[in-house]
Amino acid sequence: MADHLPILQVILPLIAAPLCLLVRHALACWLIATLVSWLCLAIAVLLLHQVLDGGTIRYQLGNWVAPWGIEYVVDRLNGFILVIVAAIGAVVAPYALRSIDSELPERQIGLFYVMYLLCLAGLLGITITGDAFNVFVFLEISSLSSYALISMGRHRKALHAAYQYLVMGTIGATFFLIGVGLLYMMTGTLNMADLADQLKPLAGSRIVLAAFGFIVVGMGLKLAVFPLHLWLPNAYAHAPSTVSVFLAGTATKVSLYVVLRFIFTVFGFEFSFVNQPLGPALLVLAIAGIVVCSLVAIYQDNVKRLLAWSSVAQIGYMLLGLSFATAIGLQAGLLHMFNHAIIKAGLFLAMGCVFLRLGSCRIEAIAGVGRQMPWTMMGFLLCGLSLIGVPPTAGFVSKWYLVLAALEKGWWPVAALIVLTSLLAVVYVWKVVEVAWFRDPPGTAGRIGEAPLAMLVPLWIMVGANLWFGLETSGNVDVARAAATALMGAVQ
Amino acid sequence: MIEHVVLRVIAKLLAPFIVLFALYVQFHGDFGPGGGFQAGVIFASAFILYALIYGVENARQIAPPAVAQAAIGLGVLIYAGTGVASMLLGGKYLDYSLLAQDAGHGQHYGILIVEFGVGVTVAAVMITVFFTFAGRRGVLEAREDVATAEDDEDR
Repeated sequence: MADHLPILQVILPLIAAPLCLLVRHALACWLIATLVSWLCLAIAVLLLHQVLDGGTIRYQLGNWVAPWGIEYVVDRLNGFILVIVAAIGAVVAPYALRSIDSELPERQIGLFYVMYLLCLAGLLGITITGDAFNVFVFLEISSLSSYALISMGRHRKALHAAYQYLVMGTIGATFFLIGVGLLYMMTGTLNMADLADQLKPLAGSRIVLAAFGFIVVGMGLKLAVFPLHLWLPNAYAHAPSTVSVFLAGTATKVSLYVVLRFIFTVFGFEFSFVNQPLGPALLVLAIAGIVVCSLVAIYQDNVKRLLAWSSVAQIGYMLLGLSFATAIGLQAGLLHMFNHAIIKAGLFLAMGCVFLRLGSCRIEAIAGVGRQMPWTMMGFLLCGLSLIGVPPTAGFVSKWYLVLAALEKGWWPVAALIVLTSLLAVVYVWKVVEVAWFRDPPGTAGRIGEAPLAMLVPLWIMVGANLWFGLETSGNVDVARAAATALMGAVQ
Repeated sequence: MIEHVVLRVIAKLLAPFIVLFALYVQFHGDFGPGGGFQAGVIFASAFILYALIYGVENARQIAPPAVAQAAIGLGVLIYAGTGVASMLLGGKYLDYSLLAQDAGHGQHYGILIVEFGVGVTVAAVMITVFFTFAGRRGVLEAREDVATAEDDEDR
């Protein structure tokens, strides 16, 4: 069975989804979804172990040999991403039971788990495949299911948000497909490793350059790079709480992975960073995104929307690491990808608990909630500290490496900017904390209790992860370093 | 449109041939143009034609929404199940060669079963999408009340 792990990673949720559609019973679907999510995490961890010990794993679908057939490839980079995605899924699934139960009408609950499993399968599929067109197929599976998931939000605005995301996401996916089509036209192959070989003599071709542009911009839309991010705040703010947690922790990370995979593995470092000014371009967009979106986040009056804007800013930090075009910069970016997944998932988990009790995430509605739901808001505070980058939390570690990478380049203004923009994070996290702990609850509010244990435990697992990866950094830092050096390996 | 005699008769006459042609496209897809996707769409178009002429309610009795929705999942399971079957027979996922006594027959059976799964899902999705849009009126009326109650809750 061990040989089949790469395919099981994807087909387990892919088979469980139609199974849930046939079962339809809410509790049974939840059981299936939870079991599958945990199995996926186990498989992802096993795969990462195998990769770190024995090198890249390849799996040929239908036993068709690589450049012709579809091949799944697990190396250090995507082994790492698989663990992130599967871990968020494994935490979200148990949480969904109570949260979804209260936010969705009875008849939609079974369908929710169908969509959730499809989305999980899509995201894992994008990450694991070694075939450029297969990326597009899984991208569509995950995107279409996430549009449906977002539209399940309780308020009618969720429909509008989902529609907005659908339009932007489809443009992004189309751009990506055009790029892949152009590459196929030039090389006659879709296998990523083969593409990389065939593209080497074609580096001067304008068509390849156009393909590069289409792919980077297309995935930039899905990734919510600064000027292309407009779909994200609405989507995260209006989606059901569980969906916000899941997407915030996984979707943009997987898109960033695709960008990394294409600019490093397919096009190669020299094409992307030496021939093309990708580094400076990303640097400008990253800094603009960090500053503008952090400022916008401060002025939000809905906590979920505030967190969503902060997500766009945090994507800026990941891109900043990438734009340095050095091994340590890339390592910092990957590390922040991991840490931001656990930070933002934790924050959205906390807001899901608040939403369960209050039915709202607006700033004025959560006044005084810290005293009534101490465990929830304590979790929010700790994850918030991690978002700011206070030691000893995970957020500190990735910001530390980002500053190191900036200093290594000698770009001390960028290093100063990283520290300064962290202060903006202090402002928006404090805004929530102040209202929640130091304001009196509105007079009309009745007495509310703490969130149920089924939701608190996932939240505190994430809080624990934030503290654990802040103190015990050898695990994720080493894996990120291994992945970064593997990507940069060809250069040095 | 049930009052138009010509439409009514022609629709009734055509429907079985459309279904038959769909089955031809489905099971001849490995030798000629066609396959599961096209066959599924043609198959569903027979139901959609019937619904257009005889009304959605009558069509719903032939293809109940619950059955159509279950068929969506069933088709995917047929596809994925073929892959799992080849895994259980000791090969890679979707390695059809192991499904029969020799590789040639295995590949043949494999693609037939997989395409059948595709056909089932596509037909069911087309019918469900059509019914969903055609049956919007009732849903919209039911939702009006809920929506007004929600409007003042959040911006």
